[in-house]
Amino acid sequence: MAIEFKTPEAIEKQLRQVQIVAEHAMRPDSRRLDDNEHERPARYVAMMLPQMQEMERANIAAAKARAAKKKEAALATQSNGHGGVAVLEAPPAEEARQSTGTMMLVHMIEMLSWGDAGIYLCIPGGGLGGAAVQAVGTAEQIERFLTRYTEGPAKWGAMAMTEPQAGSDTGNIQTTATFDPATNEWVINGQKIFCTSGKLALEESDGMVVVWATVDKKAGRAGMKPFVVEAGTPGVIIAKVEEKLGIRASDTAAIIFDNARIPADNVLGDAEVKTSGGKGFKGAMKTFDSTRPIVAASAIGIGRAAFEFTRDTLAKEGVKMEYGKPRWKLSAVQADLLEMEAQLRAAWLLTLKATALLDAREENKLESSMAKAKAGRAVTMITQKAVELLGPLGYSTELLVEKWMRDAKINDIYEGTGQINTLIVAREILGYTRNELK
Amino acid sequence: MYSFDMTSEQKMLVDTVRRYAEKNLRAVYREAEESKQVPDKVVQMGWELGLLPGFIDAQYGGYGEYSALTSALYLEEMAWGDLGISLHLLTPNLFAIPIAQFGNDKQKEQYLALFCNDSFPRATAALVEPVVQFDPADLRTTAVKEGDSFIINGKKTYVPLAKQAEFFLVYAQEGGVTQAYIVPSDTPGVKIGKRVKLMGVQALEMYEVEFENVTVPKANRLGGLKGIRIQKLLTLSRITLAALAVGLARAAYEYAVAYAKERVAFGEPIAHRQSIAFMLANMRIEIEGTRLMVWEAAYKFDAGEDAAKAALLAKSYADKMVLDVTDGAVQVLGGHGYIREHPVELWLRNGRGFVTMDGAVVA
Repeated sequence: MAIEFKTPEAIEKQLRQVQIVAEHAMRPDSRRLDDNEHERPARYVAMMLPQMQEMERANIAAAKARAAKKKEAALATQSNGHGGVAVLEAPPAEEARQSTGTMMLVHMIEMLSWGDAGIYLCIPGGGLGGAAVQAVGTAEQIERFLTRYTEGPAKWGAMAMTEPQAGSDTGNIQTTATFDPATNEWVINGQKIFCTSGKLALEESDGMVVVWATVDKKAGRAGMKPFVVEAGTPGVIIAKVEEKLGIRASDTAAIIFDNARIPADNVLGDAEVKTSGGKGFKGAMKTFDSTRPIVAASAIGIGRAAFEFTRDTLAKEGVKMEYGKPRWKLSAVQADLLEMEAQLRAAWLLTLKATALLDAREENKLESSMAKAKAGRAVTMITQKAVELLGPLGYSTELLVEKWMRDAKINDIYEGTGQINTLIVAREILGYTRNELK
Repeated sequence: MYSFDMTSEQKMLVDTVRRYAEKNLRAVYREAEESKQVPDKVVQMGWELGLLPGFIDAQYGGYGEYSALTSALYLEEMAWGDLGISLHLLTPNLFAIPIAQFGNDKQKEQYLALFCNDSFPRATAALVEPVVQFDPADLRTTAVKEGDSFIINGKKTYVPLAKQAEFFLVYAQEGGVTQAYIVPSDTPGVKIGKRVKLMGVQALEMYEVEFENVTVPKANRLGGLKGIRIQKLLTLSRITLAALAVGLARAAYEYAVAYAKERVAFGEPIAHRQSIAFMLANMRIEIEGTRLMVWEAAYKFDAGEDAAKAALLAKSYADKMVLDVTDGAVQVLGGHGYIREHPVELWLRNGRGFVTMDGAVVA
């Protein structure tokens, strides 16, 4: 291997297609969908659906093959030493280093978010819920829960983790799953909030939500398990759709589970509570290592939109970047633009490194949290600068810059706030446990 | 593709330089700084690593080809050891690398062999001028063609190892464009002035040098009629300096991490507090981000792509990063960080130099 910084031709080609979607099915609807919160971005969904269904087919086939292998491996050994988590399992040698799936994905999401980050989130498919099923589901579960995303009208999936009293401290969730042997069902009770695309998944399509619930409160994290709850399940109520600062095209749902009954085999992974280690919970935390670079990529797409627009608009006014000049010969505005561009690049390269490790199936906890913390912070700064540099027009809804600033902020919050990700980085570099560094 | 793994050759080289930095530079850095002198033995050992000949073609006596990326990789290790001594060691590069990049065949043949010997070559470069708004693309020193010669006039500063140099590469403005000229030190009109006293990198001997009607044959114009492209040189310099900044910052970061885990206050290590731990985490993030920008710029340079913008972004980012990180390290150590017993105060002083040295170091 050698160090290389080159976007593969296959990704370049795909990006040209995605840019067309961004320019024609996202940007023209940006303002309207921001003004009319939660209106479904019909043009974008229709345009993305065939491609997403094809992608889901490929994902499902790969996940099923992995799940089958995992089953064999699980029979051979009790533990693989990595917490039994799918994303961490070393692939057979011939498979190693060949996957570029996430690299393609982060590039696409960067470009879609350059188009519109709120609309991007309404991408049809299994979403975070689908990712969880792929990561820890059996071949049968993958087939049963995810086939819907490969055919028919658009459907969505979602993940429900956060509760009113449990945000970053996910170990504190109170939603319960109780097994009823009489009917061979799990009974879910509790309330979830901040579920991205929850309404699309449960009310607007025949989708599903992966709900985290505890089967044994005394067991703490070890008692937490993911359950698949399908649309149309009695006792599942969308109580509220949040009104937000930005990404308004995307629904953020509050869901009440009132004696919601689901089949016994809707639990993902092992239902048994093991006192020796909370593998299920670690599994949930582990999925963040793969989703954080994706959130970082989305942030960077917004940042690039804001930077490019600011740079081009100022250039038309005669304020051009001069990359050759010493810093002390730049104007304040030029220095700001340089800073924005450098920040964006640093965040993007951190994201690409975290992603390359992920595709190589190497540990990337530190790198993905570094990328996420950096991207969230950098893009918050970049979009705020863009509003500032464009003066009265920057603050006006005539342009999209003010919207990008509002949209960008979510990336410093969800999938772990900037502080949580900084905390993870700190623990990793110091070699501290959560008790040593709270 | 995007790949972040060094080749095995690069890994070996990086390991070698790291060992040298750890065993030799770290052993003498404080003494060198305080005595304002780099021990000859350390220089000789550093030279014997053979880094520069590794960048010179076999036909000129070396055994490799130039790679900005490989350079960036080992420069990080070197600066981790000590910046002042590193800059001393890299002084011959200031002459040799531009010759290798821009020289015509005759110049390469004549000069590059000097850099493939066992002894530390006595060659340096004079670029920086004692002015407030210094710009390598807009020099005050002039070179005027007269017959078959160039006549050079102007004042330079920050010329490393000028006193023992046998050859200078002098940058001057020729009709509004920066060009470079090979000037033997015994040419009449070359006047070595006083030693430059700086806030940091005090181990490095640097001098003011004046060129007064210094006449060299036109064959001494680097690159002959074609000349040099100062922007390309600046691109290389920015990659070099940013790589050194990453190494210096990493030294400060590692020291601060070790200290924070060791130092107990209020009954537990100070690293147990978020106020300290978050500083360290952010240092790590910024160092890593800068390193990747340096690698990308160097990769582009080696691939023959336009690396100017990537290098500028990396350098500009590194300038700020290295100050933040070295200052953060002093802060983590508190009062102890301010005391010269610990290296962090020196690293902060050294870190301040990067923004000033734009163009002045090429390796």
